[in-house]
Amino acid sequence: MVAATRPSEEQIWAWLSELPDPEIPVISLTELGIIRSVEWQDDTLVVKVTPTYSGCPATSVINLDIETALRRRGVRKLRLERQLTPPWTTDWISAEGREKLRAYGIAPPVDGTAADGVAAGRIARMTGARVTVACPRCGSTDTERISQFGSTPCKASYRCQDCLEPFDYFKCI
Amino acid sequence: MSSLPEMTHAAATDRVSREALFEGLLRIGDSALILGHRVSEWCGHAPALEEDIALANVALDLIGQTQLWLELAGTVEGKGRSADDLAYLRDAWDFRNLLICERPNGDFGHTLMRQFLFDAYHHELLKGLSASSDPRVAEIAAKAGKEVAYHLERSSDLVVRLGDGTEESHRRMQEALEALWPYTGEMFLRDDKDAELADAGIAPDPASLRPAWERTVREVMTDATLQVPDSTFAHKGGKQGIHSEYLGYILAEMQFLQRAYPGASW
Ligand SMILES: [Zn+2]
Repeated sequence: MVAATRPSEEQIWAWLSELPDPEIPVISLTELGIIRSVEWQDDTLVVKVTPTYSGCPATSVINLDIETALRRRGVRKLRLERQLTPPWTTDWISAEGREKLRAYGIAPPVDGTAADGVAAGRIARMTGARVTVACPRCGSTDTERISQFGSTPCKASYRCQDCLEPFDYFKCI
Repeated sequence: MSSLPEMTHAAATDRVSREALFEGLLRIGDSALILGHRVSEWCGHAPALEEDIALANVALDLIGQTQLWLELAGTVEGKGRSADDLAYLRDAWDFRNLLICERPNGDFGHTLMRQFLFDAYHHELLKGLSASSDPRVAEIAAKAGKEVAYHLERSSDLVVRLGDGTEESHRRMQEALEALWPYTGEMFLRDDKDAELADAGIAPDPASLRPAWERTVREVMTDATLQVPDSTFAHKGGKQGIHSEYLGYILAEMQFLQRAYPGASW
């Protein structure tokens, strides 16, 4: 009886993929890569969520959104668990998610630089390379960083030297 | 939402006394909490909007890390105290933060110098803790370490810009370095509890963090054209609960609401 009405894990993932990130609503929680697993343990659905940043104020809102959405779909027994390992990295933001960020005006994280917990800029300085962040508005790579921290801990403030617009950069972590 | 695996709990407390682990976690968590609170005092007062936002974000990271450390401390202690209980309902003598974290903000340069000296230490500490034999400690450290990499990058940049800036900014940064220098030695002192944690592979020996810290500090100070003081005098006591008068004022503000309206929530 219970098994017959129990939604599949694929179904749960599909429902979760409809939930927007509270701070950047163009991207979903699954595209952001913070839902780490969905699993039925007997009659209880266990959803493991990882925080983007330790102090991310959206964490409790995200948990509430997940719980509300799943309960509305009829999931009765539900447990949300915080998973810290492995720590969230911007590498987990999906390709679709990155495109949506760009269209929204946020430069997505530069690919493949988030490993080892070393900030991209630090690697760049050590290797003499330059991290190029393209303007999400005009595509110019002639941009400058205004501040390491933008409107939220996950973003930095940049300015485009061509179209002169300021923009947020979703920095690598 | 808390989900600390019970099975590792027993394993970790086998290797080390519950008291030493609890104390060790308070030392890490309280330093993050008190510095985070100090930095948050800049909110709305920084010299530029970008700096205001950056300081608030650094404070937010530190408070978030505090939540994780103190939650684990409460679990290890086993008396049912939550992270909030530990933050809001302890008195000054029960706090274990480093004295440098409770130093007043001073001017913007002074705040940045304190942040840099702490970030350079914090970065090394978390690197060591992420190899902890206690997986609960290791996972928090790995998470926090990624955030602190950005703190260190930012504070290094600003110390260089202000140190190697105008005559006025150079003078203020040199003064800040000299005023704060005697508070750096405490980071590397070890007592019995540190030794117990180091022997069990739970935390790095504080003294072992010094060479890497000094390398970073000297490199940045050279770029910043600042003179590292020769003095080796170190104020100490914070890790054992002996604090300066400043901590009392911080707690008076931070804990007021929970003290005046016990159990208040919103
Ligand atoms: Zn542009």
